[in-house]
Amino acid sequence: MKYLPFIFRNLFRKKTRTILTIGSIAVALFLFGLLVTIETALNAGVDVAGVDRLIVRNKISLIMPLPLSYQERLRQIDHVSEATFATWFGAVYQEPKNFFPQFAIDTETYRTVFPEFKISDLEWQSFLADREGAVVGKRTAERFGWKVGDRIPLQGTIWTGTWEFNIRAIYEGSRSGDDESQFWFHWKFLEESRPWGKGTVGWYTVKIDDPDHAVTVSQTIDDRFSNSAYETSTETEQAFAAGFAKQIGNIRMLILSIGAVVLFTLLLVTGNTMAMAVRERVPELGVLKTLGFGDGTVLFLVLAESLLIATVGGALGVGLAKLFTLGGDPTGGMLPVFYLTTGKMFLGIAIAVFVGLFAGSIPALTAMNLRIVDALRRV
Amino acid sequence: MVSIDGKEHSESLIRVRNLNKVYRRGGETIDVLQGLNLDVEKGEFVAFMGPSGSGKTTLLNLLGGLDTPTSGSVTVDGDEITHMSGRHLASWRARHVGFIFQMYNLIPVLTAFQNVELPLLLTKLSKAQRRQHVGTALTLVGLGDRMKHYPRQLSGGQEQRVAIARAIVTDPTFLLCDEPTGDLDRKAAEEILDLLTELESNHGKTILMVTHDPLAAERADMILHLDKGALVEAAEEAAAS
Repeated sequence: MKYLPFIFRNLFRKKTRTILTIGSIAVALFLFGLLVTIETALNAGVDVAGVDRLIVRNKISLIMPLPLSYQERLRQIDHVSEATFATWFGAVYQEPKNFFPQFAIDTETYRTVFPEFKISDLEWQSFLADREGAVVGKRTAERFGWKVGDRIPLQGTIWTGTWEFNIRAIYEGSRSGDDESQFWFHWKFLEESRPWGKGTVGWYTVKIDDPDHAVTVSQTIDDRFSNSAYETSTETEQAFAAGFAKQIGNIRMLILSIGAVVLFTLLLVTGNTMAMAVRERVPELGVLKTLGFGDGTVLFLVLAESLLIATVGGALGVGLAKLFTLGGDPTGGMLPVFYLTTGKMFLGIAIAVFVGLFAGSIPALTAMNLRIVDALRRV
Repeated sequence: MVSIDGKEHSESLIRVRNLNKVYRRGGETIDVLQGLNLDVEKGEFVAFMGPSGSGKTTLLNLLGGLDTPTSGSVTVDGDEITHMSGRHLASWRARHVGFIFQMYNLIPVLTAFQNVELPLLLTKLSKAQRRQHVGTALTLVGLGDRMKHYPRQLSGGQEQRVAIARAIVTDPTFLLCDEPTGDLDRKAAEEILDLLTELESNHGKTILMVTHDPLAAERADMILHLDKGALVEAAEEAAAS
């Protein structure tokens, strides 16, 4: 602690250089923060997927339907405690850019299978009582300024025409990664109103009594419906979400690559700053050693400077990224779960600390190994 | 009593025996110091003179533990420093040696107070104790009212006073001064020399000073000349020439 004023004085002897270096690190860590936020958003489904839920879809493709009659047959399979279904609706609100996921759901079972979505019982009863009723996620409600009681017209893209719904409930996720952008309405309302596709659903979500049985239950389901007109492909919700995310590309690899380039650039910037700082101060370092400052103390002083620059820059960058993500999804619905986790914030700061230590290590070792007589000769 | 004969003197604070320093540059070897002997008692003020390149600063560096000799020994207050490790030597310097340089060598981003406080950061003194010591040292050199000034806000003479305060603040065993008046005008130089003389006579400090300035050397109890890597007393050198 007693060296802190000395370290701070040294840091700001070249104010512009220090501020620019801190700025470079802040920008890099801001970028890092956004990248990991996007990665989190794309993998959000994977992270919060229930370990006790299986997704049963048409073996040919997700867009091919399954018969409604499968629900009862799924319930009869061992270890299956409930089976619910949903159908993708794919409408837009007012204009195509106002996209958000809409599902026609089985109102009798959906809430049991997805308990993480919190809805007041009063609002849920109100939704059940209205065949044109809808439940909307908090984020989407905020996005469009909807509130309970509003009548919302949606333009159908699969089943064309204008579909009108009454907002009867607004749900919230119980975990930070839960998707709060969905819009649910009665599957029965869709069934009655659509001109084609009757008697089918998009996919089933099956709740099992023990996650350890996931593999055997999946196999049993697919065997049960093999050689039928609607063969199934069953996998855990987590595997399903991961497969969905991979359709966009190997985001993790992309982020790792960009992150590595950013890290390397940071090392160069910070290392150069510290090398210059040490070069300029060789005689002063010689004086410190003359006064009795040991090699270890000199190493510590230079490393502490580098560490401070990197940590302040890192904290600033991560902080700005956090502030940015607090504003919510900037894409207008493509990334419904858009937030920077505390863990990733710490990871960003840890990277900054590593950069500070690594970039400062060579100049610090140079300073440590400086011979006093050589250093004083440069006065 | 200062002595260069190499005979044992029980009162010696600083004892140098058969000190050799050889520099190698390319294939050439330069014998800077050759079998140098020196004994200095506590409270003495010794001036070293000699032409450039005669090894004055090398001798000072060896006495202060800043450099290691090729052979020979340097013993200060019973501690032989020539075989100390780098870490021990650093802590020995912090406790026993006060350095005063020609170019003052103050840290430009620190105030006079902070510059003088630097050596105290290596001690276990509390902040309040450090403040008290620094105040005493700066008052002693006549700069009690300039504590918050940065080196750029001080004259050369004042900067050197701060450097002297930094050198004495830990109450070291002896002071090593390398051309302390070399960068000062006559008036400022006289003031610095007055201060060094006062430190010797009133505070019992042992001072070893390298200088080119005969007027500065006259302030010392004894003037020693470095000639061909060995020390000779001023009177002997005058007789020889």
